[in-house]
Amino acid sequence: MPAQLFEERIEGEEKIEPRDWMPEEYRRTLIRQISQHAHSEIVGMLPEGNWVTRAPSLKRKAILLAKIQDEAGHGLYLYAACETLGVSREDLLSELHSGKAKYSSIFNYPALSWADMGAIGWLVDGAAIMNQIPLCRTSYGPYARAMVRICKEESFHQRQGYEIMLTLSRGTEVQKQMAQDALNRWWWPSLMMFGPGDADSVHSLQNLRWKIKRFSNDELRQRFVDMTVPQAELLGLNIPDPLLRWNPDRNHYDFGPIDWDEFWNVVRGNGPCNRERLHDRVNAHEEGAWVRDAAIAHAIKQRNRQAPVAS
Amino acid sequence: MSMGNEQLEYALHLADNALILGQRLGEWCGHGPVLEQDIAMTNIALDYIGRARLLYQYAAGMCAPESTEDQLAFMRNEWEYRNVLLAEQPNGDFAQTVARQFYIEAFQIDYLKALQQSGDATFSAIAEKSIKETAYHFKWASEWVIRLGDGTDVSHRKMQDALETLWPYTGELFREAPYESWMRKNLNGPDLAALYTAWSARLQPVFTLAGLELPAGQWMQEGGKTGRHTEHMGYLLAEMQFMQRAYPGLEW
Repeated sequence: MPAQLFEERIEGEEKIEPRDWMPEEYRRTLIRQISQHAHSEIVGMLPEGNWVTRAPSLKRKAILLAKIQDEAGHGLYLYAACETLGVSREDLLSELHSGKAKYSSIFNYPALSWADMGAIGWLVDGAAIMNQIPLCRTSYGPYARAMVRICKEESFHQRQGYEIMLTLSRGTEVQKQMAQDALNRWWWPSLMMFGPGDADSVHSLQNLRWKIKRFSNDELRQRFVDMTVPQAELLGLNIPDPLLRWNPDRNHYDFGPIDWDEFWNVVRGNGPCNRERLHDRVNAHEEGAWVRDAAIAHAIKQRNRQAPVAS
Repeated sequence: MSMGNEQLEYALHLADNALILGQRLGEWCGHGPVLEQDIAMTNIALDYIGRARLLYQYAAGMCAPESTEDQLAFMRNEWEYRNVLLAEQPNGDFAQTVARQFYIEAFQIDYLKALQQSGDATFSAIAEKSIKETAYHFKWASEWVIRLGDGTDVSHRKMQDALETLWPYTGELFREAPYESWMRKNLNGPDLAALYTAWSARLQPVFTLAGLELPAGQWMQEGGKTGRHTEHMGYLLAEMQFMQRAYPGLEW
């Protein structure tokens, strides 16, 4: 029975590979999760791309360009991992462009000042790493291998983001204000990146059992808060949560309630930048159609020109 | 910033070319026609920003009092920039970006080889490093000229249009500014007029493979090398200089 073999391999921590039998629901879940992740990388290029042309120094411009380039690269590996499950990049992009596929909601918030390049690296990439490190051990082989490479680069991104915040927090009053304002705007959306609370998460249980996910949303969120609070203290910045305090009984930070109405509202398309982000992606794709068509037409002509010589 | 030092002006000319091209290519970031080309254009942009940094650092040491790479990159007036007009031309559609890159890289290959032979050790070392990058840039641009020229009727027309549009800006590459004459005479710098034949020879086979016509226009625009730019430059600088102008003298 292939189903039994599948369950045994999951149980024995063996990787599932593209040619192996897998339950249809496992395949669908992976396609959904990996493509959402790929789309998030690509859409995530936009808020940062917004600052490439205005970066405040040549060094920062180069680092930012390199970081966004890494994200494009992550998008590529992830689309490729998804293709091993039998869907094409073209189909996945159509789902993104039609609004059917989701991407991380965090990118529907605007990047308003240079400090946002710091806050995105520090908090958004920091939260992404929390989510992604366990995925290096996820049960599907191509996804796990893509994640190993991605995590290495993400941790560099997080450090450079924190370093921007550190420079600002040691700077002038206006630089400190920029940094605090960015933290105020990105803190809660970063906590929302871990997804709904465990009680309300529809996909969580089965995904844990199949070892697609390794930890629950709330566990990861708690880890993120515990890691980030001391970092904010080092920066001398205030986390915008009056209920945040160390709880010695739990050995964790307690934090205030998350505004899930805001979360669902942004997921449904009403965030400050949902329309702009999707419009930018669709526009780049449509404007590029003639380029892609030309590349294909040229490749076909080349093949036809070479064919008679070969035969 | 005081001008009049030809070697400094020459360094700024090279640095400005690199920065302005890098800035233009960076505008594509996140908006390329396909993910792989987004990455390719960012790669080229990164090479140019890296090159600009080396050149500005060298120039900064020649300034009196000493300056910094960011001071030179972000805090000069438009008329103090010494880049060629071709570098600052807008990205336009993908064909126009490819055309700009193609003309410039075809020029750079032989130019950098000549610069490597110059009597200035720093220019020579930077040229040596840049030659390797340029080989890739030229390959990338030529392949796209061929793909677009040969691909579909639409891409053929767009590629031909783009090559025509930018053609009048190619002449400036070969017109010697006073600081370039000085470099040639005093430090064995590249002889621009002598590079024209090699440049044409690089274009021709690519046009042939692409099925494109070499533009025939004779009139050439110039001015960038001596600080007289096109209307596009002001907007490019307004965006690029914004942070340094709004918050001068800070660490970032």
